[in-house]
Amino acid sequence: MAQKHATPMLDELEKGPWPSFVTDVKRMAPKSKMCEDWLGLMEMSYRDKEGHWKHGGIVGVLGYGGGVIGRYCDRPDLFPNVAHFHTVRVNQPASKYYNTQILRQMCDLFERRGSGLTNMHGSTGDIVLLGTTTDELEPIFYELTHDLGMDLGGSGSNMRTPEGCLGMSRCEWSCVDTQDIIYDLTMEYQDALHRPMFPYKFKFKASGCPCDCVAAIARSDCSIIGTWRDNIRIDQEAVRAYVGGELVPHAGAGGREKGSFDIKAEVVDLCPTRCMEWDGKTLKIWDEDCTRCMHCIRVMPRALRPGLDTGATILVGAKAPILEGAQLSSVVIPFIKMEPPYGEFKEFVEKMWDYWMEHGKNRERLGEMIQRVSLREFLKACDLTPDPRMINTPRFNPYIFYDPAEVPGGWEHDGVAFRQRHQA
Amino acid sequence: MAFDPNNLMQDRITDIGPPKYDKFFPPVIKENFGKWKYHEILEPGVLVHVAESGAEIYSVRIGSARLISVDLIREMCDIADKYCDGYLRWTTRNNVEFLVSDKSKLQPLIDDLRSRGNWFPIGGTGNSITNIVHTQGWAHCHTPAIDASGVVKSVMDELFEYFGSHKLPAQVRIALACCLNMCGAVHCSDIAILGVHRKPPFIEHDRVQNVCEIPLVIAACPTAAIKPKKVGELKSIEINNNRCMFCGNCYTMCPALPLADGEGDGIAIWVGGKVSNVLSVPMFSKLAVPYIPNEPPRWPTAVNTVKKIVEAYAAGGRRYERVGDWINRIGWERFFEKTGLEFRHEHIDDYRLAMMTWRTTTQFKF
Repeated sequence: MAQKHATPMLDELEKGPWPSFVTDVKRMAPKSKMCEDWLGLMEMSYRDKEGHWKHGGIVGVLGYGGGVIGRYCDRPDLFPNVAHFHTVRVNQPASKYYNTQILRQMCDLFERRGSGLTNMHGSTGDIVLLGTTTDELEPIFYELTHDLGMDLGGSGSNMRTPEGCLGMSRCEWSCVDTQDIIYDLTMEYQDALHRPMFPYKFKFKASGCPCDCVAAIARSDCSIIGTWRDNIRIDQEAVRAYVGGELVPHAGAGGREKGSFDIKAEVVDLCPTRCMEWDGKTLKIWDEDCTRCMHCIRVMPRALRPGLDTGATILVGAKAPILEGAQLSSVVIPFIKMEPPYGEFKEFVEKMWDYWMEHGKNRERLGEMIQRVSLREFLKACDLTPDPRMINTPRFNPYIFYDPAEVPGGWEHDGVAFRQRHQA
Repeated sequence: MAFDPNNLMQDRITDIGPPKYDKFFPPVIKENFGKWKYHEILEPGVLVHVAESGAEIYSVRIGSARLISVDLIREMCDIADKYCDGYLRWTTRNNVEFLVSDKSKLQPLIDDLRSRGNWFPIGGTGNSITNIVHTQGWAHCHTPAIDASGVVKSVMDELFEYFGSHKLPAQVRIALACCLNMCGAVHCSDIAILGVHRKPPFIEHDRVQNVCEIPLVIAACPTAAIKPKKVGELKSIEINNNRCMFCGNCYTMCPALPLADGEGDGIAIWVGGKVSNVLSVPMFSKLAVPYIPNEPPRWPTAVNTVKKIVEAYAAGGRRYERVGDWINRIGWERFFEKTGLEFRHEHIDDYRLAMMTWRTTTQFKF
């Protein structure tokens, strides 16, 4: 069947071994006018080397201040079927497990009421329904909430849709129940997710262990990363099996070859704190020196496991560059037991949000505000005690903002007495 | 009751949140939640997880575009119904995992996936180059400097052999963001592909006062390059172009300041970032190539540059070393030598805290 718009440049992206989004959308085009015009608009962008979407207008569903991103193309004269092409963000089930029944329901809904194109998933974690019109927004929302039992995700200056790794559902290293934490936070803070109340966006991400598979430390204003504070569990029998070539090292991540494994070169000598020793029979770990980097556990997963006194490290402030440059999250709570109903953690969250809402400037992320007001002020506001685990090194400038309460007499001088001791 | 467009409040449901995470768990996942003992990668893309109870679940990971149609999702559903009792999941990197509880269905699933042309490449585990996480690009965004899906497709076509194999020293995470906003947060990736603008915005004086809040535009500029200015009777702004570093934040606040330009825009490549705490601590990606022109539809220069970096790393990296660990060991002078990339003035930081990146020792290599 002839295409409505010729796409000679896009057609080049049908070649090659990786799945082609162009072929996929072209298959949809005969039954979707939006897909047809989307292909034409994309081809024009490829020719012009410039995008053709305008700034989002304010569209949404009644009572929500987020979840829908307005999108209009700048050549509705040529591509009328994508004149409106709004995005609907749908809150994914934590860590993205589905059955085919719910997926088919979603597909049917979005074929009827939108372009039939999706992102599985957006960067923050939402299911993204790509391209619908303003008059379909309320019906989509109605069907989502009534028939699918699903709800919208976040956008704008909201709490954004929280996301976690798959945690205890299928990973032996998860030190906290990331899925329950994410679900609990999402449900507890529905209002913050759906109604903008913050200076800017706010993201929670939870990873079950320091491998950080959801990149919480780089991408979330509040990163929850599972850890433990007792000893790595060792199965000495299994260690010897790795050394003896009976087990595949690195769980097969570097190939299935057995027998060439050198525990000294590949584990003991690579340990960042050199806290291990192998005497040919027994692996000894000085756990008080271990910084829980996970390397040895990853290389010998059947021999080594995280400890049993598990919890999370809480770090705050990560973000991409806009505005003040990229930041990684910084430690503010070295260890917290993360057990339902997460009361201690939520107390911290609410103190943090109160302070940010009061002191944050418009469009200032939490990490930027902390840079501006100082980590010390932030810790004070959240009732947290300074700890060497919060820093890489103490300061090396002498410009300290001393607290007058800690200096006898505060900031007052007795000028008269001073001048009696010193002539001007 | 059916939806009534004239009465939105009728029977309205709000704030129900997402379905609970365990609603769509396969039974074996539900039964062994929190009781997994170990896992192994049986071949690239195929994992087995074993529980304390001895129960097993097999996961077959396939690469997918991030932008996919409902028809493709339905095809995935057909496959999951046939081999996985209807259970599948997505990973954080746009891969799909078919979850197999019945071991006898594992090989038939793999064979079936392989028989369906290019749609379902198996891989993305262990020491591979897994799927590229990326942003919208020209497909759906208003601020991009480059496309996203097309660049990703072109790069993955070229690096395809690394997706379905474990021959690299460690995993390589590639990410793409189509502008500095980085809604894809590429700043801690082994290799990051970033869309950049190189021309300051132009000012549509006749539109500014109608579509923009001038104080917010001024506040949006990180280098304070924007000032208010009256142009005839029109309230507008002026921009000190010498202070512009092309972040595009003012355009986000004000649509009357476009900066996209087919010839000005292009790609910068960054290397050596990571988020995991394994062995070394998390690191930012650093600039490797400041600018490559936009070359749709297949971006050959950008693709070849990424490949060059991957091949130099594959040849020089030691087992378990991420790209950033490899560079830290050999030094940046060697990195530019081994990749053949040109070192230019743009590589030397001149933004805030730039000094932290200058060499303050006599230790370097000739």
